[in-house]
Amino acid sequence: MSDKVKVTIDGITVEVAPGTSILNAARQIGGDIVPPAMCYYSKLEGSGGKCRTCIVKVSKGSEKDPRPMPKLVASCRTTVMDGMEVMNITSPEVIEARSGVVEMLLINHPLDCPVCDQAGECDLQNLSYEHGLQKTRYEFERRTFDRIDIGDKIQLHMNRCILCYRCVFTADQITNKRVHGILNRGDHSEISTYIQTAVDNDFSGNVIDVCPVGALTDKSFRFKNRVWFTKPIDAHRDCPTCSGKVTLWYKGEDVIRVTARKDIYGEVEEFICNTCRFDKKKTADWVIEQPTQISDTSVISSNHYETLKPLPVIQPNPKLQEANKIELEKTTKF
Amino acid sequence: MARKLLLEHINVPGINTLDVYRQKGGYRAVEKALKTLTPDEVVEEVKKSGLRGRGGAGFPTGMKWSFLAKPEGVARYLVCNADESEPGTFKDRYLMTHIPHALIEGMIVSSFALGANTSYIYVRGEMMPQIRILERAIAEAKNAGFLGKNILGSGYDLELYVQPGGGAYICGEETALLESLEGKRGNPRIKPPFPAIAGLYGCPTVVNNVESIAAVVPIINDGGDEYAKIGIGRSTGTKLISASGNLVRPGVYEIDLGLPVEEFIYSDEYCGGIANGKRLKATVAGGSSVPILPANLTLKLANGEPRLMSYESLSEGGFATGTMLGSGGFIAFDEDQCIVRNTWNFSRFYHHESCGQCSPCREGTGWMEKVLHRLEYGHGKMSDIDLLVDVSKKIEGNTICPLGDAAAWPVASAIRHFRDEFEWHVKEPVKSLNTNYGLANYAEPIAKAVTTEN
Repeated sequence: MSDKVKVTIDGITVEVAPGTSILNAARQIGGDIVPPAMCYYSKLEGSGGKCRTCIVKVSKGSEKDPRPMPKLVASCRTTVMDGMEVMNITSPEVIEARSGVVEMLLINHPLDCPVCDQAGECDLQNLSYEHGLQKTRYEFERRTFDRIDIGDKIQLHMNRCILCYRCVFTADQITNKRVHGILNRGDHSEISTYIQTAVDNDFSGNVIDVCPVGALTDKSFRFKNRVWFTKPIDAHRDCPTCSGKVTLWYKGEDVIRVTARKDIYGEVEEFICNTCRFDKKKTADWVIEQPTQISDTSVISSNHYETLKPLPVIQPNPKLQEANKIELEKTTKF
Repeated sequence: MARKLLLEHINVPGINTLDVYRQKGGYRAVEKALKTLTPDEVVEEVKKSGLRGRGGAGFPTGMKWSFLAKPEGVARYLVCNADESEPGTFKDRYLMTHIPHALIEGMIVSSFALGANTSYIYVRGEMMPQIRILERAIAEAKNAGFLGKNILGSGYDLELYVQPGGGAYICGEETALLESLEGKRGNPRIKPPFPAIAGLYGCPTVVNNVESIAAVVPIINDGGDEYAKIGIGRSTGTKLISASGNLVRPGVYEIDLGLPVEEFIYSDEYCGGIANGKRLKATVAGGSSVPILPANLTLKLANGEPRLMSYESLSEGGFATGTMLGSGGFIAFDEDQCIVRNTWNFSRFYHHESCGQCSPCREGTGWMEKVLHRLEYGHGKMSDIDLLVDVSKKIEGNTICPLGDAAAWPVASAIRHFRDEFEWHVKEPVKSLNTNYGLANYAEPIAKAVTTEN
């Protein structure tokens, strides 16, 4: 017997290691069938299960016990069983429940995307484009909080928070002194640092990267620019505290923001230290690698890198013309 | 007259002291279990008795106990859930106030059966008097040698602790209770793993309601088979019902499961009918979380047979025409009560008590409360009624713990059965502020009510 288990998600079968969650199995397949996740973060232990956007239907429990699961389950916290069959985008029930969750997430979320720094790289924005309603059915005042400065580098804008607990797990797990948690209960619960104690820690800036919405923002970048006007470039430096692998966000000649590198699911590859994030904002500090790969569905990629016209050097060289045949055809087509 | 098992000696003066409790046959079960039975035999007796969890879910207690993982060298825990905070339920408080030794005796026997050497009683924070009563009773039991090291020379050790909670409804959910007991924020855990595998401090744990644990005492005294003779079908034994609302004699009653609902409400032995000569309009049969039923469906099943107080009979008909026994919080509403206001009140409770961990419950409970508030105060719209149904559907089943379901069911069922009254609130906004919709057709023969569809 092999030590891999077979799981079928939306008709696509994949073999994964035992103990893998449905969500991670779906990520191994990739594509449209990957459930969206707002609170799950593979780098943070114990995260997930809270936002309920990743719910899926288990239509067959396992080879041994083929009964379907009675309720929709959170795919990020349900482990696969051998022979399990999962329905995500093929189940109307899941799609409906998910749009319900998105609606719930949005009823108290201010629609201030035009002035929010996260706009353009916001998970909730993407999610609501895909699943949300055109118009809200919520006709009451939204809950509001005052903005809180957490130290001199980070600002907490609690109105936008969706209580995913990612920053709480980050504070718990990658920093050694926890000064960050949840106060109160229900829809008036809030992230707090207990009377605004400054989070004084080398890695505290990572809470900005893990935040799926614009609740935690980089004060040195606030209102400086829209992300889609900036150019992300991968770079590294020799950092004594962290890996030093970052993305630099350029506006013209200036580095206006430094973040950790994110993968296609919006999760950082490696956490970076505050020195790299906040203090090294000159090109000279960094070794430039390459332009960051940005998904072409992202608004960030809408402005740059896409030159349809082949470079002038190709024109006189028949060999290069042959190699760039497809590109040239595109030019004529457009 | 039905036999009382739990409340037999409730009126004996001084039954809250060890001496009087022992004179009345108390702690016989401890002696019997520790001296003559093995732990597995105790579990077997409880299984035979068919005892089902009295906290609300009705899961067979013996089966729950047999699921407990028993790895070598790992401590096991028994935790008693005395965080009774369901609106309409007050049986556990009554039991703990008046006959605390019944719970302690049950805890000793149950801990012995599960092999737990440390057990906890997690009491709701508001019940400070009960906490003191229990602590006094534990001290008495310890002095008499029923707790501590080598109980009654059997070689079995048990320490029993009382832990006050912070007064949060959500901490009555077993995994949230365990989190709270560990000293953390009382958020429900994501299951699996279930507490039987990894509960308190990561060790196998059983969490039982106060009444379930107290019921172990008569089961051991008389034997599981004797206990199973009481009741009807798979609903065995007796159940404490907290009767409240517009009844002549509200209070805690011990009934044999299978008693007709009509007899429970109207007979002189129990509630004695509806107060002030009014007529019954609706009931909530098992605490605020269960679906509300109009009078006709409370007394009779959809097929015309009488409805009984048992797990099966109350849930007969599913959500369309049934409800649940739940924790036994029986609330009766007379013809002058407003269902919209009551639904809003329940909704307000769930909004206040949602832990805020998962999105549908956190946001949805507040939304429902606001819409119901609008309806109650005459600013509602016709579309609000369907909106409520839709929101409750989107909460139900999509949350980590059952609080989401508990918040959705009362709203969904109130609209299912009392839609006319909600519509009347929209059509007559001014009138509805001062007068009530009244009994309408809610007590009429069933065929009419069943056609109200959802």
